[in-house]
Amino acid sequence: MSAAPVRIFVPIDAAALSVGAEAVAQAIASEATTRGLSVEIVRNGSRGMLWLEPLVEVETTEGRIAYGPVTAKDVAALFDAGFVSGGAHALRLGKTEELDWMKRQQRLTFERVGVIDPLSIADYRAYGGFKGLEKALALTGGEIVDAVKASGLRGRGGAGFPTGIKWKTVHDAKAEQKYIVCNADEGDSGTFADRMLFEGDPYLVIEGMVIAAIAVGATRGYIYLRSEYPHAHRTLQRAILKAEAAGMIGASVLGSEHAFHLEVRLGAGAYICGEETSLLESLEGKRAIVRAKPPLPALQGLFGKPTVVNNVLSFAAVPWIMDHGAQTYADYGMGRSRGTLPIQLGGNVRRGGLIELAFGISLREIIEDMGGGTLSGRPIRAVQVGGPLGAYLTAEQLDVQMDYEALAAMRAMLGHGGIVVFDDSVDMAKQARFAFEFCAKESCGKCTPCRIGATRGVETMNRIIAGTEVPKNIAVLRDLSKLMTDASLCAMGGLTPMPVLSALNHFPEDFDRPPLPLAAE
Amino acid sequence: MAGYPAWDQDSARMIVAGLAHLEGATLPMLHALQDEFGYVDPQAVPLIAEALNLSRAEVHGAISFYHDFKTAPQPARIVKLCRAEACQALGCESVVDELSRNHGIAVDDHHAGDAIVETVYCLGNCALGPSALVDGELIGRVDAARIAGLCQHGKAHS
Repeated sequence: MSAAPVRIFVPIDAAALSVGAEAVAQAIASEATTRGLSVEIVRNGSRGMLWLEPLVEVETTEGRIAYGPVTAKDVAALFDAGFVSGGAHALRLGKTEELDWMKRQQRLTFERVGVIDPLSIADYRAYGGFKGLEKALALTGGEIVDAVKASGLRGRGGAGFPTGIKWKTVHDAKAEQKYIVCNADEGDSGTFADRMLFEGDPYLVIEGMVIAAIAVGATRGYIYLRSEYPHAHRTLQRAILKAEAAGMIGASVLGSEHAFHLEVRLGAGAYICGEETSLLESLEGKRAIVRAKPPLPALQGLFGKPTVVNNVLSFAAVPWIMDHGAQTYADYGMGRSRGTLPIQLGGNVRRGGLIELAFGISLREIIEDMGGGTLSGRPIRAVQVGGPLGAYLTAEQLDVQMDYEALAAMRAMLGHGGIVVFDDSVDMAKQARFAFEFCAKESCGKCTPCRIGATRGVETMNRIIAGTEVPKNIAVLRDLSKLMTDASLCAMGGLTPMPVLSALNHFPEDFDRPPLPLAAE
Repeated sequence: MAGYPAWDQDSARMIVAGLAHLEGATLPMLHALQDEFGYVDPQAVPLIAEALNLSRAEVHGAISFYHDFKTAPQPARIVKLCRAEACQALGCESVVDELSRNHGIAVDDHHAGDAIVETVYCLGNCALGPSALVDGELIGRVDAARIAGLCQHGKAHS
């Protein structure tokens, strides 16, 4: 027992836990005890190869060797095969870093996720953490803002607004109190990058928020996290305590004159809180009713004070930018979409997970090459990009590049980078109906086009699905969609027509069915 | 109700007082009360209103806006089943149909007794769906039989 214990990594990411990672960790611990082997089990984040979860890694002299998907039942056989020294076994995948899925990526934001112990400050520092913050502390607020501007970083929440310009507005505003708010209400179906980042590298987001605070002169910050993420919540709460103890946040950031106090706040199951003004209302303790803009949150945000509201991934990009330089970041990407995008591939797909790449890769490469097509093995029929308010694309449209402008040109949107694959069993009229149903349930109710329009949309879709006066009802559907697009106060009502119209335009055959027989079955 | 003490106005008052110093304390208070008692009793409304110098209407308005907050005791077992697009693509609606057809479980039926299967939209497990969240634990690749089993398990504990 004198040798150093073998380090074995078993993810504590919620997705890995959802398919049995906890039982695997326990089995490894008890098997090691039985065999008198000295092992150290590290609970890391997920590498993002979710179809291989639980993915167990063993640290060897040649590097980390991956095994997966491992079940608790496999553990004894893995020990028999000598997996603690990287031994051969049917589940052995090879060196993690050399797996095709990993090699093809450009991981900047996710460089540490799955690699380190998420809550270890020492690991964070050893793998490049704090460097961006240390560089930022040597700059003026204006210089930090200029660097973020020069990086070309655009808001990763979906709207794609230039982050540096937002920061400049808050920087220039005069106020006794300013706030930094992290929008972690990752409600879009098909997205989980924020969750993985919090569970796999929480200090990165905190570091990004601290840099923002120094840049604009804010001293308080909140992370607004959705309540559907209990694992991320636990990790974040612990990370904030440890970050305070390490002097990363608190009365003096790394011994400087800057103070930054940070809290995590839980949402309460309202999709609309992903909209920034609604999120601010919720943080203030109110019904999350969308605010009219102007005033911009940058000038009158939380409690009426100048506030930076950014997505998790926007904050998380900043430490890398500060450390490696704005131009290095801007060298990735295409057109006006600079840097990398953490893409989330889900739905009916064989190999789903997280893929971070420079903007510009095509949907087809992601879904077919990396994703391996559908899980069901049936043909791809539709792909929804950008969450529940994003467009449905056809299998023929997949050559489009992942880029804000390229998708907008085809009346689609990138959103938060989520891709959901459907096979040929999908009924697109039902998907269109669902878009309205979701909007009706989640509308904040402030503006009429969204509040009433969504319900009228469900009714219209019911008539179309029943085959009642289809041409007339499709005309109503188009008219209603135009009205919601033009007259809604925020993206909830304004973009609900995007999935609806894309379904109608790309899959018209699903909207033209004969009337249902009255006595079904 | 298994796991939760009955509503107690004095404990509730202490929980509210303990959080009154926070900025925008309403949601933290409501979460803390629901964590303690499993729901937010309407008696909490005047407590929070007084502690935060709000009208009762404002507090009631906040409680009723958010899907999470329940104003009556909940079943011992709550299974949150994701029915958003990524899980739809993997057949969550078939799971709902099968629960009803083969297991006598109607999703979102609040009169079902000891267990309830509730609709939620997205648990962030979109590559391993259909997904459910039970007692804070996430379950991937879930099917109707597993959910029905979880509901039975809930009954055994109540």
